[in-house]
Amino acid sequence: MTAVVELEGVRKRYGEIDALAGVSLAIQRGEIVAMLGPNGAGKTTAISVMLGLRRPTAGRVRLFGLDPTDRRARSRCGAMLQESGVPPVLSVREVITLFRAYYPAPLPADRVIALAGLEDRAPARVGTLSGGQRQRLYFALALCGDPEVLFLDEPTVGMDVEARRTFLDAVRALAADGRTIVLTTHYLEEADALARRIVVIDHGVVIADAPPREIKARIPSKRVHFDTVAALDGAVLEGLPVTAVERSGSQVRLLTAEPEAVLRELFRRGVPIADLEVAGADLEEAFLTLTARPGRPP
Amino acid sequence: MTAPPPVAPLGRLLAAQTLAELVIRMRFPAFSVTTLALPVLLFTFFGLPLVGHTTAGGADLGTVLLTSFAAYAVGQVMVFGFGIGVAIERGHKVDVLVRATPMPPGVYLAAKVLVGMLFALLALVILFAYAAAVGGIRLPAAVLADVVVRLLVGSLPLVALGFAIGYTAGPNAAPAIANLVYLPLAFASGIFLPLEQLPPFVQRLAPYLPTYHYAQLAWNAIGAGREPPAVSLAWLGGYAVVFLWLAAHAYRGEEERKFR
Repeated sequence: MTAVVELEGVRKRYGEIDALAGVSLAIQRGEIVAMLGPNGAGKTTAISVMLGLRRPTAGRVRLFGLDPTDRRARSRCGAMLQESGVPPVLSVREVITLFRAYYPAPLPADRVIALAGLEDRAPARVGTLSGGQRQRLYFALALCGDPEVLFLDEPTVGMDVEARRTFLDAVRALAADGRTIVLTTHYLEEADALARRIVVIDHGVVIADAPPREIKARIPSKRVHFDTVAALDGAVLEGLPVTAVERSGSQVRLLTAEPEAVLRELFRRGVPIADLEVAGADLEEAFLTLTARPGRPP
Repeated sequence: MTAPPPVAPLGRLLAAQTLAELVIRMRFPAFSVTTLALPVLLFTFFGLPLVGHTTAGGADLGTVLLTSFAAYAVGQVMVFGFGIGVAIERGHKVDVLVRATPMPPGVYLAAKVLVGMLFALLALVILFAYAAAVGGIRLPAAVLADVVVRLLVGSLPLVALGFAIGYTAGPNAAPAIANLVYLPLAFASGIFLPLEQLPPFVQRLAPYLPTYHYAQLAWNAIGAGREPPAVSLAWLGGYAVVFLWLAAHAYRGEEERKFR
């Protein structure tokens, strides 16, 4: 069976910068794949190349075994893109009606509107929508063609917590129908909550491609922050399961994938701890430690 | 049970896009009101008082000016419709999302041209109906049809000029640029005032302007032209090549930035 999406040695060069520096990836039917990486890692470029919006400088891209610009391939896709818009003077229903006409076997307009939770806003002009409603409209437009594969580029940007939860539920329901989902995000929690496979991209290369559990173990996703005595001997912080240690005066910051193990060890060693804080690490920060490992291409 | 067709028929895409495009234009009063009402208004000021007067060549001045403003109306639909319309759409980044769908860019463009033609036709119907009702100018149906066909066919360089502006200018600059390009062109071509009343240097410049030959093509249909239609068409064809090249150049630049 042909893969839904296939990249082979794809490079994409913008001027002097390699946005993608040799990416090979196959996504099979029914997979839910999250492409995770910090800003500027190449996630959006990867989606653009898969959709045929950008042509790779080198390498091969296939969508349902076809060139991604082929209408037959695009008729089976839906996409939610970051840098895009729709005419503000059309109503929500009118834009949906227009997009449905692009596809051979579209979903009924009412179904699309319901899936995106836009029932109340169907007669409203696009220009009057709030940021969150606008995201839902883009989601609706991605669904118009009853797609076999959905490409979602940073779909939850600008959504509040409640909207994000509803959205992720909707995506999960679509995935349960057997649709293939490819989404980009820079939230590890989001990738974890949705995907069964996480592809970590940084500096245009895939640095990890595994189920969420494995990825989480490898990415130092928590920051442990506490106050101790200024005279603390640095030696007591050695040998902990951390990827980075930062000290300034009495403040200590540790980056780790296993905060529980770190704390257990710190207490065992009798390190004086005050003002303890364990928080989700900034992904950018986490990636710095991942990519700084020796043997990694810069 | 048969499998669904792999792609939607192009005719359905064209129809849906044309309809949407028509609605979009109607809801931009700055465009729809201007292109439909302005020619009528201009004809009221400049043309109506001259009904009954004749030119040196014996044609009715009111009819000549009606034809002038008919040319003005169609040119305005093309230059402003495509110039401002495309620039605003680029500003909203509509093109990026549509590009990810199975809508081919050619059909998308064709819908825009079709809507331009429909709007031009509507502007002409309103103008001619007004001139007949208020000015009593009743041209034979064959002459009217001839004027309409000439104006639509001859508008190709103005369509291209519109696209060139639309793919070059930003959404805020486009209306100003379209005005700064089109109004002086129309004025210097004898569309508002007869050529003889224009300053001498403008009179010398006029025969090199695309709008001059566009107006001549229309005037010729009512027996008031200064050149045979073949000459007008040759000039318009030449300008079409130049403006299409400019438009294609700007379009390719946009493609390079967004889709390469």
